[in-house]
Amino acid sequence: MSDRAGVGETPLATEHEARPELRHHFADVVQQRNAASLGMWVFLATEIMFFGGMFCGYLIYRRAYFNEFAAGSRSLNLWAGTINTAVLICSSLTVAMSVRASQLGKRKQLIGLLLATLFFGVVFLGIKGYEWHDEYVHHHVPTFYFNAQDLIHDNPNLRLDPQPTKIFYSLYFALTGVHAAHMLVGIGIFTVILFMAWKGKFTPEYHTPVEIAGLYWHFVDIVWIYLFPLLYLIDRRPGA
Amino acid sequence: MANHSEHAGHAEHVVSGGLYWLIWAVLIIGTILTAWIATVDLGIFNTVVALLIATCKASIVVLFFMHVKYTSEKMTKAILISAVFWLFLLLFLSLADYSTRYAG
Repeated sequence: MSDRAGVGETPLATEHEARPELRHHFADVVQQRNAASLGMWVFLATEIMFFGGMFCGYLIYRRAYFNEFAAGSRSLNLWAGTINTAVLICSSLTVAMSVRASQLGKRKQLIGLLLATLFFGVVFLGIKGYEWHDEYVHHHVPTFYFNAQDLIHDNPNLRLDPQPTKIFYSLYFALTGVHAAHMLVGIGIFTVILFMAWKGKFTPEYHTPVEIAGLYWHFVDIVWIYLFPLLYLIDRRPGA
Repeated sequence: MANHSEHAGHAEHVVSGGLYWLIWAVLIIGTILTAWIATVDLGIFNTVVALLIATCKASIVVLFFMHVKYTSEKMTKAILISAVFWLFLLLFLSLADYSTRYAG
């Protein structure tokens, strides 16, 4: 009886001894990796709910005050929004490539790609900050100094009620603000990953942190993929 | 279980770098396309096309960059599908309510 149990346990015991990164409550590294990735996916599901609530509010108010939302959307900087979308897509590429580099055990390439990811992340926040400053200067931040008279002037074809434009800008700053907060968290996470990569913590057998952090980064990219058309492209038709 | 994963598991699927660059190119083209087509008058279809392009872009990010196409963990797909289902439930039922509220 005890003999049989011993035979059964041997392969597991050796795998645990051979791989210090394999925690004792997992049978093998594949199970550990899948469990970690699944945990991140569950977190991302809650994030979909988190952003989903704001998207839902956005859709309801956009339906109720379409002209005001269209005018607010046109006042946003289309070039900055498009370039920022491209910047985030580039960062997603470098993240996907860095997961690949860690799978292949290419440490130098991994460090370079992680640095590129951080660079793109900071560029995104820089462009976003430039836009926010622009909107602040134009009194489009919904505070006591909010003023949307320029929207009425810029959109003579739309019948505009200046007050609900405030709802558009409130949702715009809430959505882009929460997204930027996620970017900041992502930059923090990738700084840690970069430090770990520099220390040589990742091997082809163990690189779960790179993959998990990558899932988070791609999710934040996907949120922006939806925010860009919903905020910047509501109604850009000429003459409308 | 332990035997199965010992032999099958350790080799993770490594996506080729060329495919990642191809995905990147498609995403960039999609971004340019959506920004350009917003300036073309399609009537109510402007919003539909914009959301369609965004959904295509998001789908290929999920499938390729996030490895959902290659994962051996079936629960990942279950969680993803249920999350999207709940999101649709939230959006669809809320909008169904608000868009019919003053109809009668």
